[in-house]
Amino acid sequence: MKRLAPILLPLVGLLCLGSLVIGPADVGVADSLRALVAGGEGPLTLVMREIRLPRMILALAIGASLGLAGAAMQGYLRNPLAEPGLIGVSGAAALGAVISIQTGLAAGFALALPLAALAGAVMAVLLLLALAGPRGGALTLILAGIAISAMAGALTSLVLNLSPNPFAANEIVFWMMGSLADRSMSHVWLALPIMVVGWALLLPLARPLEALTLGEDAAASMGVNLTRVRWQVVLGTACVIGAGTAVAGAIGFVGLVVPHILRPLVGARPGPLLIASALGGAAMVLAADIAVRMILPGRDLKLGVLTALVGAPFFLHLVWRTGRQA
Amino acid sequence: MEAGADALPDVPRRVVSMNLCTDQLAMLLAAPGQLLSVSHLAADPRGSAMANEAAGYRINHGLAEEIWLMRPDLVIAGSFSARATVDMLRRLGVPVVVMDAAHGLAEIPARLREMGAALGREDAAEAAVADFDARLIALRDEVTNRPRAALYYANGYTSGDRTLAGEIIATAGFANIAAEAGLPSGGHLPLEVLAMADPQAIISGRPYPGASRSEEILDHPVIRALRDDAVGAVLTDRDWVCGTPFVLRAIEDMRDTRRRMEAE
Repeated sequence: MKRLAPILLPLVGLLCLGSLVIGPADVGVADSLRALVAGGEGPLTLVMREIRLPRMILALAIGASLGLAGAAMQGYLRNPLAEPGLIGVSGAAALGAVISIQTGLAAGFALALPLAALAGAVMAVLLLLALAGPRGGALTLILAGIAISAMAGALTSLVLNLSPNPFAANEIVFWMMGSLADRSMSHVWLALPIMVVGWALLLPLARPLEALTLGEDAAASMGVNLTRVRWQVVLGTACVIGAGTAVAGAIGFVGLVVPHILRPLVGARPGPLLIASALGGAAMVLAADIAVRMILPGRDLKLGVLTALVGAPFFLHLVWRTGRQA
Repeated sequence: MEAGADALPDVPRRVVSMNLCTDQLAMLLAAPGQLLSVSHLAADPRGSAMANEAAGYRINHGLAEEIWLMRPDLVIAGSFSARATVDMLRRLGVPVVVMDAAHGLAEIPARLREMGAALGREDAAEAAVADFDARLIALRDEVTNRPRAALYYANGYTSGDRTLAGEIIATAGFANIAAEAGLPSGGHLPLEVLAMADPQAIISGRPYPGASRSEEILDHPVIRALRDDAVGAVLTDRDWVCGTPFVLRAIEDMRDTRRRMEAE
């Protein structure tokens, strides 16, 4: 991690700056940053503070969350294929969010949106651990994940199709692919506090995850409380994925690709991989969100399209390698 | 006293319309008893300017089977109606007239005449056209200073000058910012471009029941700030939907909004 920090931190910083100064409104870099910091009358301040700033903060926080959750799940399950998007946690969170919006719960009580997504994510993680806990093989986990993904996706589509609102059915794509277009500060305030709780649960897992590489019995003899660790993984993952999905939809593959790239660089140790993956995930989502704005400005290309284009080949590679080892 | 359809030779007597806009044109022009059924959308006050009138007709859902069972001698469809349904009805031997939507004010008299010809009600159509033209001329003000307005809908879509909504606000004396943004026919206008254009009036769609993320953009803090600053904040309604003489009411409302803005 000591070697990686000087690369990852400036990279994330640079991408944050890029996210702030790139957009369809044609304004100079200096002008936009001045309007952001100094404020003042006029529409540019509004654009910087209410459109670009929340978008940058959400990309940063959601990216970090996805990377962190991926690294934590892979460390805990000792399975390189565990990724919240692939195994249905994001899909279940999206289902929770959609239900809270379509029942009108979210309109009456704003926090109902992230909390419902959180509840969906908790259920998915618990179901996965029951079906394919640390002793279950990679195949069991993926099969259980596919089943949960399919079910959550079908129910999300059903709820949206039943909505009296003619736009709702078209939003299936948003919930499955994710987007940060036109988010506002209110979305940041909804999601960020719950994500921070999730980070506080997941980051301290560094030491227990290291111990777990030796096996559960060895970890227990080293003083690791296995029950507590399991709940930290479940609730931490659900918090970060639930809150992120509630405001930006399900963005896949980040939690798979990032830990996979960074693992050799931290000596394959799950502890340092947590923080490295958080930074790497932030960089990946920030970069993807800048890319969707540059490739097709004004078309709202979904973030998940880009992350899947990068991530799916990685996934195939991992499946191929796992198959050869088996 | 107007003669019923039965008294007329060689005109359709059992007419079914299956498109919201042709529904309204047919209801405006048909002889009593001539029009049998209109689409369910015509009875929905959210989109139909003639929802009350539609209650007096049988309702169809644009499905070939139900329309065939009504034994129509003429079906009027819109160019957006399902092709499969239209083809099926034609195969069953039902004459179908497909009418294009009016893409601008200038096409409304043509649509009225087209509907008049289909129904054999040319005189009623000519009267409606004369009335429409006269009222339209009366609505045009001499405007020297056109307030800049934005039409903004769900998903950040805007309508340009070459659309019906665009012509409504242009006739009412507004300048449409979609043209400044290079979108003469409309399209996706990013929120930041809208904010930078800083329009004096924001005209947006009325939200549908049930929630959607697409409409959430109309509640974005930036739109709210623009609405607070802008003197005119208007919601479009059923008078804006179809190219019928009801657009005159929309133009009148917008003209009154502009006059209020000038007074302030």
